[in-house]
Amino acid sequence: METLTVKQKQYLEQPKERISGSEAIVRCLLAEGVDVLYGYPGGAIMPVYDELYKYQDKIHHVLTRHEQGATHSAQGYARISGKVGVAMATSGPGATNLITGIADAQIDSTPIVCITGQVPSHLLGSDAFQETDIVGISTPVTKWNHQITKASEIPEVMAKAFYIAKSGRPGPVLIDITKDAQFEEFDFQYKKCEGIRSYNPVPKVEDSKLAAAADLINNAKKPMIVWGQGVILGKAEDELKAVIEKAGIPSAWTIMGVSAIPTSHPLNIGMVGMHGNYAPNVLTNECDVLIAIGMRFDDRVTGKLDEYAKQAKVIHFEIDPAEIDKNVKTDVAVLGNSKESLTKLLPLLNANSHTEWLQKFKDLYTIEFNKVIKNDLHPTKEGLTMGEVLNEINTQSKGEAAIVSDVGQHQMIACRYAEFNKSKSNITSGGLGTMGFALPAAIGAKMAAPDREVVAIIGDGGYQMTIQELGTIFQTKVPVKIVVLNNDFLGMVRQWQQLFFDKRYASTEMTNPDFVAIAKGYYVDAKRVTKREELASAVEEMMQSKDAYFLEVCVEKEDNVFPMVPSGASVSDIRLE
Amino acid sequence: MDKKIKQFTVSVYTENNIGLLNRISAIFQRRHINIESINSSASEIEGVTRWTILVNMTEDQMKKIIGQIEKQVEVIKAYYHTDEETIYQESCMFKIKSDLLFDERQIQNIIKESNARIVTVNKEFFVLEKSGRRSEIELLHRELSAFGIMQFVRSGRIAVTKDEMKITEMLAAFNN
Repeated sequence: METLTVKQKQYLEQPKERISGSEAIVRCLLAEGVDVLYGYPGGAIMPVYDELYKYQDKIHHVLTRHEQGATHSAQGYARISGKVGVAMATSGPGATNLITGIADAQIDSTPIVCITGQVPSHLLGSDAFQETDIVGISTPVTKWNHQITKASEIPEVMAKAFYIAKSGRPGPVLIDITKDAQFEEFDFQYKKCEGIRSYNPVPKVEDSKLAAAADLINNAKKPMIVWGQGVILGKAEDELKAVIEKAGIPSAWTIMGVSAIPTSHPLNIGMVGMHGNYAPNVLTNECDVLIAIGMRFDDRVTGKLDEYAKQAKVIHFEIDPAEIDKNVKTDVAVLGNSKESLTKLLPLLNANSHTEWLQKFKDLYTIEFNKVIKNDLHPTKEGLTMGEVLNEINTQSKGEAAIVSDVGQHQMIACRYAEFNKSKSNITSGGLGTMGFALPAAIGAKMAAPDREVVAIIGDGGYQMTIQELGTIFQTKVPVKIVVLNNDFLGMVRQWQQLFFDKRYASTEMTNPDFVAIAKGYYVDAKRVTKREELASAVEEMMQSKDAYFLEVCVEKEDNVFPMVPSGASVSDIRLE
Repeated sequence: MDKKIKQFTVSVYTENNIGLLNRISAIFQRRHINIESINSSASEIEGVTRWTILVNMTEDQMKKIIGQIEKQVEVIKAYYHTDEETIYQESCMFKIKSDLLFDERQIQNIIKESNARIVTVNKEFFVLEKSGRRSEIELLHRELSAFGIMQFVRSGRIAVTKDEMKITEMLAAFNN
């Protein structure tokens, strides 16, 4: 007989308790350190809710107003805390309503565990009431999923779920549990998952690759870094800063990476991509070594691939082997966790300062400032701009607020202009572009970081996709600040219609309700601003409020977001107007 | 970059879990790639399933898809090989009217020459089985068609590779 390790022995000797599957689920959540989860009850998950009732002093269940809201709240919670967010729903429509949030978490590598109830196992496949094949439906948008039909499977599967969600490149996991497994009693024992033989979450950093990368960087005349969320997920902010400063490399970020390095850092040269800054986009096609760190060369970042950084040697630091050479061919790929890679890279780098090269970024910034930024932040025209609202929030929050943005023009403005001093401060739906993300995500973010100011910046379109979460805010008293930048249009689509469809504004004009009245209907303090002179005091009132606060700013109806890399164009063909 | 479309045999070693077929086939479906054939079986390692998938695409695309397959939590390892790098076979069965076996002398010659095997014979029909390359099976199908085939079925490709695939070592490394 094989000898058991001490750990295995301890596990086997640990006392077992006979409890129900549903209680086991709650106990698993507690064992994983879950203190809050977001969900919505229903028939097939009722036994678990009954246990949540008994455990309510230990675990806080937040009743969202729609299951999609539960997933986005779990995402917001995960993104700001670095912990796994949890969402729960019943079978059928409850489960299918989770899908948008799950897909969002998959493409933005957010660790969440979703638990769904399922019809009793003897009814599986019988088209029972509220039965849906959620494991089948969620397969393409989950990192892992599993259906439990026996209570005895619960501890091991739940342990795997949390381990998979948070390890390596994080992602969403869905666990579907039949109602009979929730009722069934069994001998409960919990052991955290420490590894799965078919799964290698963090590839080893190879010294030879690091040496090759360092060699390219040390010999570069015009190096440029583009970092992404991998830096934040790998908790490598300090290591990145050390690398940037030692080697003196101008560094740009993707929408998911912003806030890893303070906005004011002299080597922070702004955002790359479709509505990114002028300099990093133009100079992507001039640098001699492009160093990508924890980013995945999304098409919104690269523009036309055939004309993307063709002159440059490309180094890719990445945890997910499937990302290597997926979109952009690399010269050196360094697999592994960003913290470990950058820690090991630092001593191999020569101290440097690429002063002339950095000056190029500054010169191009001046052009962008005069053509775009000045008019966005300090407009002289009558109508309010989205940029000046962000500017006012920056002034009053001093870069300490976490900004949760939705999807569209306001999102691009928020990501371009929000100032950040702290990492994990920009929460947005990057990859999937999910309108309706921000309001529920802000709820989760504020609950994960109650000491931080959390400001949701939302457009009038996206706001109405999950507006019902005002009910969650009212019920939980979570003091999130909500800013709706209202232009009575689906602004980004309208902008494309103006630029590429001869101003045929097909279904983009919105007749909006009285948003202030709606907020007040949920007993949330609210104000509407239509004039420039009211803006500063309104933002101040919002920031000073101890409670949730809703601020509607009526902005210019037909403003456009520039710069812009038109769809299918090269990044260096970025337009300033 | 190799843009030529080639035939590849994909070998995937996985845990034996419900739903994995869905997960793997979705990777091809999402990229609008037709799976020519797919076979799931036991492998040389106890408890490890081996998938053999036949597809046509460029090598560049193939590499990316292997990355996506390996990314799945329950996939131990995935490989792709060209026809030259594998020993491969398909298997097929024909159900044919028994009368023909006695009335058409030619059929007996076809069976002999093709190295097909008679699995069963009864009063109404007999069943032929043949394993080999696709071309051999197609030839046999053409020859028998002239006499009438009651039923025909062909399996997916199965293949072993000329080079070794070090799955056992990989699993041993995890256990230590």
